[in-house]
Amino acid sequence: MSETQTVKEPTPPAKESQGSQVIREIMAGNAVISVLAVVVALVIGGILIAVTDPRVTAAAGYFFADPAATLSAIWSSVSEAYGALWRGATYDPTARTWQGQLGIFETLTFATPLILSGLAVTLAFRAGLFNIGAQGQIILGATFAGAVGFGMHLPPAIHLPAVILAGAIGGAIWGGIAGFLKARTGAHEVIVTIMLNYIAISLVLYLLKNQLKDPNSTNPISPQMDGNAVFPLLLGPNFRVHAGLIVAILAVIGVAWLLNRSTLGFEYRAIGANPKAARTAGMLVSRGYITVMLISGALAGLAGVAQIAGTEKSLDSEIAGSIGFDAITVALLGRSKPWGTFFAALLFGAFKAGGTSMAVNADVSIDIVAVVQSLIVLFIAAPPLIRSIFRIKAARREGASA
Amino acid sequence: MKLELRGITKSFGALVANDHIDLVVESGEIHSLLGENGAGKSTLMNVLYGLHEPTAGEILIDDKPVKFSGPADAMAAGIGMVHQHFMLVPVFTVAENVALGGESTGFAGILDLEATRRKIREISSRFGFHVDPDALVEELPVGVQQRVEIIKALVRNARILILDEPTAVLTPRETDELMDIMGQLKAGGTSIVFISHKLREVKAISDTITVIRRGKVVGSADPSAATTELASMMVGRAVNLTLDKADATPGDETFKVTNLTVMNDAGQRLLDDVTFSVSDGEILAVAGVQGNGQTELTEAVLGLQKHVMGSIMLDGKELVGRSVRQVLDAGVGFVPEDRQDDGLVGEFSIAENLVLDLYTKEPYSRFGSMNRAVIARNAEEKVAEFDVRTQSAQDAADTLSGGNQQKVVLARELARPLKLFIAAQPTRGVDVGSIEFLHKRIVAERDAGTPVVIVSTELDEVLELGDRIAVLFAGRLMGIVPGKSSRELLGLMMAGLPADEARAQLDAPAAGTAGQSEGELP
Repeated sequence: MSETQTVKEPTPPAKESQGSQVIREIMAGNAVISVLAVVVALVIGGILIAVTDPRVTAAAGYFFADPAATLSAIWSSVSEAYGALWRGATYDPTARTWQGQLGIFETLTFATPLILSGLAVTLAFRAGLFNIGAQGQIILGATFAGAVGFGMHLPPAIHLPAVILAGAIGGAIWGGIAGFLKARTGAHEVIVTIMLNYIAISLVLYLLKNQLKDPNSTNPISPQMDGNAVFPLLLGPNFRVHAGLIVAILAVIGVAWLLNRSTLGFEYRAIGANPKAARTAGMLVSRGYITVMLISGALAGLAGVAQIAGTEKSLDSEIAGSIGFDAITVALLGRSKPWGTFFAALLFGAFKAGGTSMAVNADVSIDIVAVVQSLIVLFIAAPPLIRSIFRIKAARREGASA
Repeated sequence: MKLELRGITKSFGALVANDHIDLVVESGEIHSLLGENGAGKSTLMNVLYGLHEPTAGEILIDDKPVKFSGPADAMAAGIGMVHQHFMLVPVFTVAENVALGGESTGFAGILDLEATRRKIREISSRFGFHVDPDALVEELPVGVQQRVEIIKALVRNARILILDEPTAVLTPRETDELMDIMGQLKAGGTSIVFISHKLREVKAISDTITVIRRGKVVGSADPSAATTELASMMVGRAVNLTLDKADATPGDETFKVTNLTVMNDAGQRLLDDVTFSVSDGEILAVAGVQGNGQTELTEAVLGLQKHVMGSIMLDGKELVGRSVRQVLDAGVGFVPEDRQDDGLVGEFSIAENLVLDLYTKEPYSRFGSMNRAVIARNAEEKVAEFDVRTQSAQDAADTLSGGNQQKVVLARELARPLKLFIAAQPTRGVDVGSIEFLHKRIVAERDAGTPVVIVSTELDEVLELGDRIAVLFAGRLMGIVPGKSSRELLGLMMAGLPADEARAQLDAPAAGTAGQSEGELP
């Protein structure tokens, strides 16, 4: 009888840790929180813009003599900056060239890999896994795609599909390793994927100095992609937006179907929401972890394809930029819903496209964009903060069960 | 000490957990609070203990209004509480646990436990607690741990003791012992508030009974009132407490468990060489105190346990070594012991939960694509058939009350043709009204010719449902007895006596009954 308290059922392989529960709460926040987080981040960004603007500082010098001057300086400083950001990301009638006027296509170009890698994070998350490794999966995807893209010469109808497939496989391998280790040994996917990011970057550097190096270059950079291996440009040579965008949109539709309509997605969501109940209902939780990480990695790998076959055209160690990490924010902001992720990726694409315009036209450091992005993460990660700022009531759950 | 609650109201947002509750506990009386799960008993006691601040109303002690801003205030005013889940540090000794929070220290802050030990011995001998102050809490049986909680309150001079569902974790014998202790405390002048939903216990021990339903006091009753009367007050309508159950007409023995042993990762035997069989159209009820191998037994059948030896045959097919999906496909319906943890995905809709283990089958899905229309229609049917109280079948399962959640699980598991039905704690935390319904469904499944295994820690349920009763203790089978066996016999078996020894003891009354239950440690 003394064992009544100590004899507990064995811990299932998929027991949620405290940390994942916090992550779950963050990811499950509602759309209002996401929108408000963006608003608050932009407001604070605006304050930073105003504070660092010399015109505002100068006007503040005689604040008590003429407070209106300070306020109007603040207004013009912030509105100029955000105005430039907005125009740069959408449509700027003041730009010299007509191509330059249509920033919206730059936004779409930047958004393409973000959509794909954001989906990778979103999908894994819905199965209860926090895939921090999109960065490494993008790199592997780009490497595999590149190896097929510049290493071979195939007919046009075959080459691009082969590149896409190779990229997806590369990412899937990298994601699958994390899923396999999680399923078989219980190794936490966060740790494993972070480590795989480091391995990926070292691996690609090694390959760029050896097997994949462009013989005509002294830098660690690969040869150019074969002409048949790149995404066709959607709007002709004046715009960078490429057919990868179509792949990304198809992926959004596909992931939305997978999660909401398919039996596989039902399984993933059940595993993510309550692995013990999933197991009791006969689902194979460990198989779920492996397959979801394979698909997630493949999606991130496609983001790598979008980079190498869409915009960059050759492989270097910076191929993934910060996309793999922005993808996490994008998935957070999109509340780990496929279409939410899509729009969040558009927003981040707009930040990227408009950031340059803001730096050039309003003389505001492009770092402000990074600050705003970081603030968004902060506010999404701290829903209570947003709730207290806007006095949104949290759903009460106590009492009823007493 | 007299305690009075006047017009206590406690609301959480829109939910009113307590609605103008008036309650008077006279000095030296045992006052029972009777109500279903979720009626608001615990909320009321948390208000009294200073854990919640009342929205309205006041608390009076000896006719003087008091205000508690935390348990410390309540304790200082002489109120002690024993929670349903013990608040003990397992690796501390009894004395250390009792001293915790009120430690007396000597020179240079050195802990002085001697005073505490003395007090424990004194209280222990006065009320017959038999508690050693130097024993490690984790090595004590649950019943003794509960006494440590009571001592904790008494050491702090509690004159009113709140016991929140104290018998939920006890064997029948330990329950009897607790009742004795309560009687002695009462004789010593301590008032007791006894919270329970078990009618038998409430009737046996109370001086006054107050019934709470949906946050309101619906009346008080005399302990001599009929059980059915109390039950209908509690539920708000007439309740049939005795199940109309025809005698079983057992067919072939299709479910056979032979020499089943289950070990944990450390190699401990949690289920030890258990053999039994169940016939078609028969209910085998498995009784025992929580944690004596019942969980392992049911999980072993389903294929959730890792280290399983022996054989589990269903309809001539071996189930050991099969995956959960294969076992389910072999025709096993399974209701897990903890529905929120294992039976349902809380954030999924009721409709989705109703196909949680059927989603790969037609017509719920085809070619890997779920058929939402069929799933929704299935949900409508099941919600109506099982009388699940919900606004919509598309609501999340965790918005349902415990009873309705259990109906969802049962509805799902009984939906397909079964060769075996296993339900663990089918009515735990379920309101009396739903219990009646769930029991009827289980008996209906039996009458349809399915062998049924029910695992329950509630003796009432075991006696009501079981055509035969198996008792587990420390992972071993104490024996299988007929369904109409006496509570005394089952109580002794649950405390670790094999069936024949228990019978022998009952046949030879007054011969060495003391110290039997605690002497037998696994």
